[in-house]
Amino acid sequence: MPMAADDISRLIREALPDAQVEIEDLAGDGDHYRATVVSPAFAGLPRVKQHKLVYDALGGRMGGELHALALITRAP
Amino acid sequence: MTDTATLESIRNTVEGHDVVLFMKGTPLFPQCGFSSLVSRVLQHMGVEYHSVNVLEDMEVREGIKVFSDWPTIPQLYVKGEFIGGCDIVKEMFETGELKAFFDEKGIEAA
Repeated sequence: MPMAADDISRLIREALPDAQVEIEDLAGDGDHYRATVVSPAFAGLPRVKQHKLVYDALGGRMGGELHALALITRAP
Repeated sequence: MTDTATLESIRNTVEGHDVVLFMKGTPLFPQCGFSSLVSRVLQHMGVEYHSVNVLEDMEVREGIKVFSDWPTIPQLYVKGEFIGGCDIVKEMFETGELKAFFDEKGIEAA
């Protein structure tokens, strides 16, 4: 089952409460998303670690039910 | 489950080549848009790389996710260091960081 954009956003905010999260449905099919996540938690972290925090927030769904999520992360 | 032999074999691959791309399909026949993008970036930069088609080996397909602690494919390794997946490689390419990184690592890139 594909995930709804709201669910993706909610999971990320639960793990990173300070984060601003914007989800775009790239193909309009509820399956190919781009998330832009801006959080103070990313400050000073390399991109791999920043993306890892978001993947951790999604709790194993990435690569599974959520197969296409492009990710842009940065500190404010 | 991923056994230690698989992880050991992945480690040998990663350490045996300066640049390794774990991807779905091959550079000539990529089977996924994200894998295709990363392989095209490397080709565009004229970087020599070793590619591993994870679709040919289920053990590696699952094992590389455990090895890197990263949920998706493609995955790029340079000199044994995990660089990232498609989003990170694309962003590093666009900002010029990737070229600087290859230069720093002594890997020929245009």
